[in-house]
Amino acid sequence: MSSFLTWLSTLPALAQVPVIIAAFVVLIGILIFFIEIAPRRGRIYTILRLAACVLIPLLILAALESYTIAIIAAGVLGLLFFWLDYRSSAGAGYLFQLFGFLAPAIVLLAIGLVVPTIQTTIQAFQNARGDGFVGLDNFIWIFTQPQAIRTVLNTIVWVLIAPVVSTIAGLAYAVFIDKSRGEKYFKILVFMPMAISFVGASIIWRFVYTARPADQEQIGLLNQIVVWFGGQPVTFLSADPWNTLALIVVLIWVQTGFAMVVLSAAIKGVPAEQMEAAELDGTNAWQRFINVTVPGIRSSLVVVLTTISIASLKVFDIVRTMTAGANNTSVIANEMYTQFKNFEQGRSAAFAVVLFLLVMPIVIYNARQIKKQREIR
Amino acid sequence: MSAVTPIDLPVDEDQKKTLARGERRVESGGFAKGTKRRLTSRGATIAALVIAILWTIPTFGLFVSSFRPANEVRTTGWWTILSNWGFTIDNYTTVLQSGNSQLTLAGAFINSIAITLPATAIPLVIASLAAYAFAWMDFRGKNMLFIAVFALQIVPIQMALVPLLQLFSRGEIFGFPVIAAFGQAGYAQVWIAHSIFALPLAIFLLHNFIAEIPAEVIEAARVDGAGHGQIFFRIVLPLTMPAIASFAIFQFLWVWNDLLVALIFADGSVAPMTKLLAEITGSRGQDWHLLTAGAFISILVPLIVFFSLQRYFVRGLLAGSTKG
Repeated sequence: MSSFLTWLSTLPALAQVPVIIAAFVVLIGILIFFIEIAPRRGRIYTILRLAACVLIPLLILAALESYTIAIIAAGVLGLLFFWLDYRSSAGAGYLFQLFGFLAPAIVLLAIGLVVPTIQTTIQAFQNARGDGFVGLDNFIWIFTQPQAIRTVLNTIVWVLIAPVVSTIAGLAYAVFIDKSRGEKYFKILVFMPMAISFVGASIIWRFVYTARPADQEQIGLLNQIVVWFGGQPVTFLSADPWNTLALIVVLIWVQTGFAMVVLSAAIKGVPAEQMEAAELDGTNAWQRFINVTVPGIRSSLVVVLTTISIASLKVFDIVRTMTAGANNTSVIANEMYTQFKNFEQGRSAAFAVVLFLLVMPIVIYNARQIKKQREIR
Repeated sequence: MSAVTPIDLPVDEDQKKTLARGERRVESGGFAKGTKRRLTSRGATIAALVIAILWTIPTFGLFVSSFRPANEVRTTGWWTILSNWGFTIDNYTTVLQSGNSQLTLAGAFINSIAITLPATAIPLVIASLAAYAFAWMDFRGKNMLFIAVFALQIVPIQMALVPLLQLFSRGEIFGFPVIAAFGQAGYAQVWIAHSIFALPLAIFLLHNFIAEIPAEVIEAARVDGAGHGQIFFRIVLPLTMPAIASFAIFQFLWVWNDLLVALIFADGSVAPMTKLLAEITGSRGQDWHLLTAGAFISILVPLIVFFSLQRYFVRGLLAGSTKG
């Protein structure tokens, strides 16, 4: 495997793409072939299944160049699985098919997300090199160092401002353009930032914020406007504490389009009869909006708010590109990376855990929603 | 983290119908004649215009500046373009050749492509396999496992980055070496990392689509003697192609626009454009003639994807809430 990858990396960049995709397609083809023949009766199929059960895990571990004992153990486990499958009540081959479909995803998720999450949690209680436990020291550091506290506070400011402002702006825009001429084009204009990377968006806004000394001509639009109104140019990105707001604007700029598209579809879905009934009752546009439209799109609003909240909690690219956390603009995700780069593995992990804990309430909220949804069905 | 996330959060049944209805109306273009009545006033239109202009001007300024001569960009604002006339593509040729000691922006552009295509294709295939099992096969603990997969998508990837890097670069899990390190593995680390991080959401969304295939279709194929392998390959995959395509757009944009995963897993000469641009922003933050051109190159591909596939994009965005 590692020699294959090394060979692959010597190819020209664009030639690697077809090679890796072809290799992947072949593997998946083999898998689907075995899944297809798994439930068939007859000795030859049983032998094929047995071979697949033993050889596939064995070969995978061998390809990864694990220990010999692990490779053999994988083969033995495969054998055990064959036997389980052979005796299963759903008929021989059923478990095999099930595993064939699920195993790639589940194995990848286990080694790529579940186990690392546990490891990070443990590392959060360890020292910088990860070879000794330090108890809660990393967390104490986060919540006592002024810089680190500021990081947490900044993240909270992001979550309080960005979702609410983008949702309100998106909702207002969706209502304003609803049924207007050229609605489609209006939508594209505001929606477009969503396709742009945060790095691109950050450069765009850094350019808007650029400041020149007062005696020179301004090249940043915002400062030019300030100067037109007779003010002094401001270096927005270093003017603590307002610089955090300057960064939040970028996220709002991006996420408003998202809010607008979802809420616009929701508004159009509000039954016309309800609106007409309200109109007959003599309500004005604002009353109809508050009493008919908003209740009608309530759960879309919640979805938009929570989605943008998660995005603001995890915001990283914007801070990294705009200021790299300088001048008290750092947020948790950025600090997690900074500490990792400074070889402070424990603190980095602790920041990741804090981030996780902040996202947690939203997770629980979502899980409840799912449960509710299943009960309705 | 990219700007784009399809809504994956559940909404209740009524709301789903509301959204689906709205989406249909958006797509059909016209509204029923009788109900067409402008509820908005002139003030609202003006407000909408103001917002639209505010939202567009920053990008427009970047676009204009990227074509202005370096000296002009340095000394005058782009809004004075009419009095300081001048266009050039020098910025583009310069920025494509600049970068760091290992990589130019042109190379990073190629890297972005080489990273993005496999990192889009691989997770989609793996996820559709799993989604099929969740939708059409019965086993004990299915619901539990499915909810577990769903819950995983809200684990911040920050939790997984460092240990996963240790697995790739040292072959270690919990500090014990278990496999051979990947060594000079080129793009492999980024491909695998992106594939893994995409799985929870991909499985969840594709499951919603695959589960919607009428049971009779699957049943008929089974009666005709097709096994799960054939049903998946010949029936489920073609029928869910629209869903797969619209998720592919998201995954493509997600990977193309990603910075965090690239910072951790794509070192030196395999770095994508986002990483190199962020680096240039740090080191040459005042060279606006280069930054504007560089940023525009990096957003060009997403914008093309966005404008040509806009309809699927919107549909995909609403997918989680209207389907399933």
